[in-house]
Amino acid sequence: MTVAPAPAPQPVLRLSGISKSFPGVRALSDVQLELFAGQVTALIGENGAGKSTIVKVLTGIYQPDAGVIEVDGKAVQFATADAAAKAGVTAIHQETVLFDELTVAENIFIGHAPRGRFGLIDWAEMEAQSRALLTRIGADLDPRLTLRELGIASKHLVAIARALSIDARVVIMDEPTAALSHKEIHELYELVERLKAEGKAILFISHKFDEVFRIADRYTVFRDGAFIGAGAMSDVTEGQLVQMMVGRSVDQIFPKRAHNIGAPVLTVSGYSHPTEFEDIGFTLHQGEILGFYGLVGAGRSEVMQSLFGITRPSKGACRIGDSVAVIRSTAEAIGQGIVYVPEDRGRQGAVKGLPIFQNVTLPSLGRISRGGFLRMAEEFALARDYTRRLDLRAASLDQDVGLLSGGNQQKVVIAKWLATKPRVIILDEPTKGIDIGSKAAVHEFMAELAGEGLAVIMVSSEIPEILGMSDRVIVMREGRIAAELTGSAMTPERLVRAAAGIAEAA
Amino acid sequence: MTKILKSREILLALAILALIALISTRFPGFVAPANLANVFNDTSPLIILAIGQMVVILTKCIDLSVAATLALCGMVAAMLNGMGVPLPVILLAAVVLGAGLGAVNGWLVWKVDIPPIVVTLGTMTIYRGIIFLMTDGKWINAHQMSAGFKDLPRAFVLGLPVMSWIAIAVIIAAALLLNRTALGRSFYAVGGNPHAAVYTGINVGRTQFVAFVFSGALAGLTGYLWVARYAVAYVDIAGGFELDVVAACVIGGIAIAGGAGTIAGAVLGALFLGVIKNALPVVGISPFWQLAISGSAIILAVAFNARQGRAKGRIILKSAEHRA
Repeated sequence: MTVAPAPAPQPVLRLSGISKSFPGVRALSDVQLELFAGQVTALIGENGAGKSTIVKVLTGIYQPDAGVIEVDGKAVQFATADAAAKAGVTAIHQETVLFDELTVAENIFIGHAPRGRFGLIDWAEMEAQSRALLTRIGADLDPRLTLRELGIASKHLVAIARALSIDARVVIMDEPTAALSHKEIHELYELVERLKAEGKAILFISHKFDEVFRIADRYTVFRDGAFIGAGAMSDVTEGQLVQMMVGRSVDQIFPKRAHNIGAPVLTVSGYSHPTEFEDIGFTLHQGEILGFYGLVGAGRSEVMQSLFGITRPSKGACRIGDSVAVIRSTAEAIGQGIVYVPEDRGRQGAVKGLPIFQNVTLPSLGRISRGGFLRMAEEFALARDYTRRLDLRAASLDQDVGLLSGGNQQKVVIAKWLATKPRVIILDEPTKGIDIGSKAAVHEFMAELAGEGLAVIMVSSEIPEILGMSDRVIVMREGRIAAELTGSAMTPERLVRAAAGIAEAA
Repeated sequence: MTKILKSREILLALAILALIALISTRFPGFVAPANLANVFNDTSPLIILAIGQMVVILTKCIDLSVAATLALCGMVAAMLNGMGVPLPVILLAAVVLGAGLGAVNGWLVWKVDIPPIVVTLGTMTIYRGIIFLMTDGKWINAHQMSAGFKDLPRAFVLGLPVMSWIAIAVIIAAALLLNRTALGRSFYAVGGNPHAAVYTGINVGRTQFVAFVFSGALAGLTGYLWVARYAVAYVDIAGGFELDVVAACVIGGIAIAGGAGTIAGAVLGALFLGVIKNALPVVGISPFWQLAISGSAIILAVAFNARQGRAKGRIILKSAEHRA
């Protein structure tokens, strides 16, 4: 752990009383954040705590509904991304936003390239300055290389050089190590130290506790869009941070249901993929809701996609009921009674342009065909039954599904899958981005499905939802199963510890 | 079908009627039933090809090789005729060869993952090149074709030439395929949202492959009809016709981004071009105007579709949801 220097009296950047709402969601509620010159502040919180939103407020992409942003004690407004950049705030994103086909030098200086005679770009000067900047951060890169030729770590270095080129005073690093190798992470730490030495104020967003304790001087914790606490890293323990992150009890109401867990439906063993996950094994029973928890990028969706035939595992076996199942395509998965409701409904769910009833029947067309022709009356009846069951609000089933609201589109997508009469339904982040009322309806509905004997897998990043709905929870970390929790072991602390890879408290 | 699509087809039909009315003020004979039947017959190849193209466009692809496929299949049909092969076998051979050429396009798109526009731009030249290699650039003329070969498209059955009946049969079969079968539905799903189609158990690449085979088979069929009707086969027949085919689809409201469009639209789009093509010479307007008018019609159609797409916007208000 680094020794934290005494905080400078005046923060470079101070946010206070910041609130931001979106229709149906309060993303930030009266939060505060202070960043000091020459110090790394770690921003810690669960998924959905409001970390991304505060970054967008800081970089001028969102305007807060209330609150004050101060730079060197003077109130300012970041009306545009440009205004934030001019004030010296720059962000290095998870998926770094750079131009693949341009050179390193062009990427560093795009928008503010040095000009020579007649206002034309002074290429020699740009290259020389790029070289100087890259040397300053200890990066051994040729400024004339195109970015496409570089790895992710080098791209980060270019982004950092760009931040220095606009003379940034505040550098925001949003999960910068997520895609880096062990060695690259160490190089990044050294770079962070260098930036500190240059007096930059750094906001470091990370899920990884070892990382936070390694490089941060101060911490700020958000939970559910609210400010929970802040202080020096040297005054806090891992346990205290976990406690602050997950909070006290779960105060949401979840439907009560009978736990009629039956025979095994799906047995997975030794499932592996060359790059995404390894040695995944579990058994799913009739009437059970099995929760999959983990950080974003832990490999949960990837496992589900391979169970659904979108990718093929390199090793491992899968049994459905008593027979071995080989799933080579989504059509085979559906045929075996497995369905998957994807996270990205807009992209992967509804087919806009097709009417509601055709969306609902899309995976069931084989069943309602006779002699190769669809039976329209049966098709319509099928669509009507399932949309009615889900209480879909629409003027007519002939309506284009693209004209429905997000919540109703979600209902169409779920109706589509239920109409295939599945044995296993996989719901990936089923309540992400929908309002509280619709959330309760989805929870109610899941309980009902399990009650009818369907086996349900729920992938979720929300701790209350996972704990409130699941009979059993599997926690994944870095592509492996980190823990399987049942009964009284299902506590927020244990979930977070397993997901973040922290040893159990003694 | 949604109201919007319906109204789009009705608008196009009205535009065609207005066009015919306008022409009849200059040349009353144009509206005579016999002449209109003639215009339809003349437009039949365009209609058949537009239907094939429409299915390809529905799946987010495009087939620029249709005219070259037509020419190659037509040439092979004429050569088979020269060898004394019976007509039913020639017809079958033309369709199968067309389907095979379409399969080449489809396979390159599906398995080699080359963008459809690049694939068919390439095969368009290759297929014409094959004709040249087979014939050394020589023509097959009317006197080298048998009477039966030349007469079939022109034979009258129930008051219409066989070529018109074939077009009508293709329209009906395609309408059944698109509206009443699982395959037809999957063309729309693949173009409307390929990601969602995958999750629904539809093989996107294979569906696109089938669309190309369908388009190729129809181009093969049209190849025989074309060569027999005009009683000549050479490398450059139907040169540039692929653009008319795509134009017919665009005018007919087939969304170039895939996933939306109707058979009625494709047929009306083809008829619109057919009416212009047939009417301009009789009212004494230079063929140059024909190109300009069909060009303007394409731009108008696209602008109209874009406007409709934009006007819709997103539905966020709960109260707006039921009005849609």
